[in-house]
Amino acid sequence: MTLDEIKIGGMGASRRRVEDNRFIRGKGNYVDDVVLPGMLHMEILRSPVAHARIRSIDVSKAWEIPGVRLVLTGDMLATRNLAWMPTLSYDTQAVLATDKVRFQGQEVAAVIADDPYIAKDACEAIVVDYEVLPVIVNPDQARAAGAALIRDDKENQPDNKVFDWEVGDRSATDKAFAEADVVSEVELHYPRSHPSPLEPCGSIADFDRSTGKLTVYMTTQAPHIIRAAVALVAELPEHMIRIISPDLGGGFGNKVPVYPGYVVSILASILTERPVKWIEDKTGNLISTGFGRDVYLKGQMAVRKDGRILGVRMHTISDHGAFFSDAQPSKFKIGLMHSAFSCYDIPAAHLTAEGWYTNKAPGGVAYRCSFRVTEAMFFQERMVQAAADDLGMDQAEFRRINLVRDDDFPHRTPFGFLTDSGQYGKCLDVALEAIGYEQFLKDQEEARKKGRLLGVGISTMTEPLGAGNSREYDILGIKMFDSAELRVHMTGKAILRTGAKTQGQGHETTWAQIVAHELGIPADDIVVEEGDTDTAPFGMGTYASRSTPVAGAAVAMVSRKIRAKARKIAAHLLEVSEEDIEWELGRFYVRSSPDRGVSIQECAMAAYSNMPDGMEPGLENVAYYDPPNLTWPFAAYVATVEVDPETGVWDVLRMVAVDDCGVRINPMVVEGQIMGGLTEAYAMASMQFITFDAEGNCIGSNYMDYLLPTAWETPGFELHEVVTPCPHHPIGAKGIGECATVGGPAAFVNAVMNAVQHLGVRNIDMPLLPDRVHAAINTRSDISGAPPVRTDSP
Amino acid sequence: MTSLFEEVHETAVGVPVRRVTITVNGERRTADVEPRLLLAHLLRQGFKLTGTHTGCDTTNCGACTVLVNGRPAKSCTMLAVQADGREVLTVEGLASASELHPIQEGFKEEHGLQCGFCTPGMMLTAKALLEENPNPTEDEVRWALSGNLCRCTGYQNIVKAVLWAAEKMRGSAQ
Amino acid sequence: MYPSRFRYEAPSSVAEAIALLEEGKGEAKILAGGQSLVPMLKLRFASPELLVDINNIAALDYHHFSSDGALHIGALCRHEHLEKSSDISSRQPTIAAAAPLVADPIVRTRGTFVGSVCHADPQGDWAACMVALDGRIVAQGPSGKREIPVRSFVSGPFQNVLAYNELAVEAVIPAPKGTALGGYMKLERRVGDFATAAVAVAVDVDGGRVTRAGIALTGVGGTTIDAADAAAALVGSSLDAETIARAAELAAGVAQPRSDHRGSASYKRHIINTFTSRLLSGIAESHEKAA
Repeated sequence: MTLDEIKIGGMGASRRRVEDNRFIRGKGNYVDDVVLPGMLHMEILRSPVAHARIRSIDVSKAWEIPGVRLVLTGDMLATRNLAWMPTLSYDTQAVLATDKVRFQGQEVAAVIADDPYIAKDACEAIVVDYEVLPVIVNPDQARAAGAALIRDDKENQPDNKVFDWEVGDRSATDKAFAEADVVSEVELHYPRSHPSPLEPCGSIADFDRSTGKLTVYMTTQAPHIIRAAVALVAELPEHMIRIISPDLGGGFGNKVPVYPGYVVSILASILTERPVKWIEDKTGNLISTGFGRDVYLKGQMAVRKDGRILGVRMHTISDHGAFFSDAQPSKFKIGLMHSAFSCYDIPAAHLTAEGWYTNKAPGGVAYRCSFRVTEAMFFQERMVQAAADDLGMDQAEFRRINLVRDDDFPHRTPFGFLTDSGQYGKCLDVALEAIGYEQFLKDQEEARKKGRLLGVGISTMTEPLGAGNSREYDILGIKMFDSAELRVHMTGKAILRTGAKTQGQGHETTWAQIVAHELGIPADDIVVEEGDTDTAPFGMGTYASRSTPVAGAAVAMVSRKIRAKARKIAAHLLEVSEEDIEWELGRFYVRSSPDRGVSIQECAMAAYSNMPDGMEPGLENVAYYDPPNLTWPFAAYVATVEVDPETGVWDVLRMVAVDDCGVRINPMVVEGQIMGGLTEAYAMASMQFITFDAEGNCIGSNYMDYLLPTAWETPGFELHEVVTPCPHHPIGAKGIGECATVGGPAAFVNAVMNAVQHLGVRNIDMPLLPDRVHAAINTRSDISGAPPVRTDSP
Repeated sequence: MTSLFEEVHETAVGVPVRRVTITVNGERRTADVEPRLLLAHLLRQGFKLTGTHTGCDTTNCGACTVLVNGRPAKSCTMLAVQADGREVLTVEGLASASELHPIQEGFKEEHGLQCGFCTPGMMLTAKALLEENPNPTEDEVRWALSGNLCRCTGYQNIVKAVLWAAEKMRGSAQ
Repeated sequence: MYPSRFRYEAPSSVAEAIALLEEGKGEAKILAGGQSLVPMLKLRFASPELLVDINNIAALDYHHFSSDGALHIGALCRHEHLEKSSDISSRQPTIAAAAPLVADPIVRTRGTFVGSVCHADPQGDWAACMVALDGRIVAQGPSGKREIPVRSFVSGPFQNVLAYNELAVEAVIPAPKGTALGGYMKLERRVGDFATAAVAVAVDVDGGRVTRAGIALTGVGGTTIDAADAAAALVGSSLDAETIARAAELAAGVAQPRSDHRGSASYKRHIINTFTSRLLSGIAESHEKAA
């Protein structure tokens, strides 16, 4: 009689994904697949140099090319007050350059033509006269006396500093260090990286003069934020703006910011009164859109002989590129960097941060990561390993001593966050057991005698996922809640819409499972829609692993609202009072007579045909959810590696991941997220980085230089789970999308370091390219900073 | 694909074009194309087969992989004119009217895709592999797929999907 | 992503192709596999006036061993044909070892051996194999064919000595003097990456002694580097450990690597030494086993 929740595709079912039905047939609908009648095509001309004054731009030759409909430059945008736009970090960013170009790849002009080939021809015909200026590619150069001033467009900007910021208790931390037996130090560089979804960014703007309505198809993870931004920047009425984010070919944070290409395509459509499509090429994506990381991390840890951590100091120096356009909603200048050490019981901590402008691409910063938590956790786990090594203590034991205990929640973290739940020690134990830690240490010892270098690396961490709560997080003043609207049709089928936006996470599948869990409506009877601001309720989009913590909670809450109304209808149908009604999955029944009941589907029909007197007809509702806190998943990642001492090449032997993300809605989908994240962690540890030569040329501007691992290099993953439900989330779930990317890199790096530390190597900065590992082994010294770049001409 | 008229842009007048006839997913298709048009663009814009995606400019990502005369080719690295007289299979041609190809089933069954952007190319490469080698090892699958990048899955489930399909295809071949 | 305009011709015979090259007056490019040329067109690093597509010249699509034991590779022979050929794997170990390491599996379905040698990329794998094997390129022009030893065929980075009206129709790898042994070892950060450094080794052995040897280096100079002295050191030897060490050192000595984001110059030199040594030791070991 009782419904089997797994059978109806409820919570805990590894339900096969409904979106796959179109993707496997090639019927996905990505922005570039959308074709509108009369559509024109836009290409952007980008700066070949990193820092230069623009003496002149001659577009006459471009206009002469048949098929060219419009050529736009910064000066033309300036006449409409659109040459600059505000950023999400309260700075300004050039849309098309007017005075100067400030990074290689900056947008200088745009051509709108009948097809993209012609638009590209015309871009090549534009002549720009640049007066090249001194180039700054790192914070050291930015702060040097007499350094060129990058942001001479800003008032009150005498130098290249973006910000100074601090958090924590300086004097308590000083005191902790005074009491320390051992003080460990690390100095790390987390190189610039790029989210690089396979699909680049793009938009199709379609302005209809007759209605005044602007429709924009756009690769955006946050369509409602874009609508708000367009309303504010372009001063268009909000109800006349419709943003549609169709299928996205991945996002990873790259598709949160507002990019100049979007803005220019909108203006171009307004001017030409025709739809204008802009699809960025891969180089444009890699050299101009939101990057991740690029931060120097220094710190110290105060430790007692018995292994207790007494305090931590951190100093970060971040490189923001030419415009401070971090897409992050916290009130903290360096994002959630101070979430570091949240899983450890540490009494005192202090963090200082400085940010600098450079002649590099701006923005982003959050690459599959909640605003710097990746750097924070990498620093944390490298610091912890260094301290364990300095103490001469086993790295697992050192962690076990300091991890927050299960009975110590809620726990105030060293920087003041409040964590609420977890079984940290258990996760670590499961991971060590799975990898066979004790045996591996013996094998390592034996192998070493034969000249083989084996290593094991651990990374344990909790991170704050699911921005936000509205007390602490906002974007342009808009509070960080999210939403769900559920309409149950009379036959008991339903449509659910949320303010989130899936990019591969499988919302169309998993949201329906939450509704199935709450209402007993089979998941297959629920269609999920997202990404259209004309139909979806207002929400803040998908990034920061916030979909399940925030929008997913809203889905549960709206389902409960529906259930509450259905209960009244059930009482009416069963002719008893509401207090006499009980609920089991999919059915209300009379408490005293359980055989008498009505299904949720019967209630739905009655909501349209036989509702109680005085009740509003229909069965639909909307919920806006503002979470009381972030969610705090925990993970223990353990990697084993073998390093070839002769070549520096290292191979991953095994990678074990134990994730506790609370209750899992769809275990299959959760595991997919973890494996994807681990792969990006491996990529960053081993090969994936962007750097710049002294002239500011981007090294990593295409997939020949910016290396993403293939199926061949990517190691196999062994996944395990521990479940500690989130106490404040309606279904007990925590964020998961970013955990492995955040916590994974340190496991790989710690493993390689563990393999070579007896040779006198303490640190090799990422990426751990074979030549760097080899050099460290052979010189018995550390390797710091980004890999050097050839500066002589080929 | 007949039409009473097709508007010719003034700008296109005088630009040399070549007529190509390509068998796409079993159907003969004819088009007049500029020689510089990439095959990927003809498939997408000309033939409206938008399942073939373009993910990079440098012949690395493999999202645009189609089968040309049965062999996988990156369609962004072939001119449309080069496909003249050849047979092209795109993702839209994988399933029959009534049933999915086992590789498509495998990708769904083993959660071998997330955003779906690399999936068509992955599946076509897998098809070519399984035709050559119906019983590949995990390593052979990884090796064969190493010209196709995926950013979401970490490949493990893609490999499982291909092995799932291989097993099913071997079963139905007996 | 969008090439410039060009004229396109797809002749069906070599004679027609040569006539078109003649007509192109130096502004024509041959399109074979296109796996280097088309990306360059897309990035507009190359904008030829005329593309002569030789893919319809079926007569160029072959590879075979002639009766004298020489290997002939036609201009349309794709990488994957060499990779999957049982003839190659049993008779030409250097080529067999390199074939699966060229670019990625999909590029290998279209890219051609001869086209790759003509492209003369210092990071190209096939040129090193050709040098190690004393290969020759057969060029055909209006006045007939000529054979060009690969060592004088490549004249610089991305440059070869073909006249504007000549087509490279075939590569020839001479017959081994004895048993052909060899290998190719490449350090790449991931599949499809250019070589950080790579070594091609080809050794002919007769009666336990090396009768001929070739060693060539990829990615450590402006062009493919012929480690002739290293190879010469092997001739007459039995591939003993001492000789191998000396050859590896000589090979590393002639490398001219430069530091870049793939690795430092000294590291690349070290890799040449290590890989040369590993290749030769492997060859010696397998030969001993076979003997």
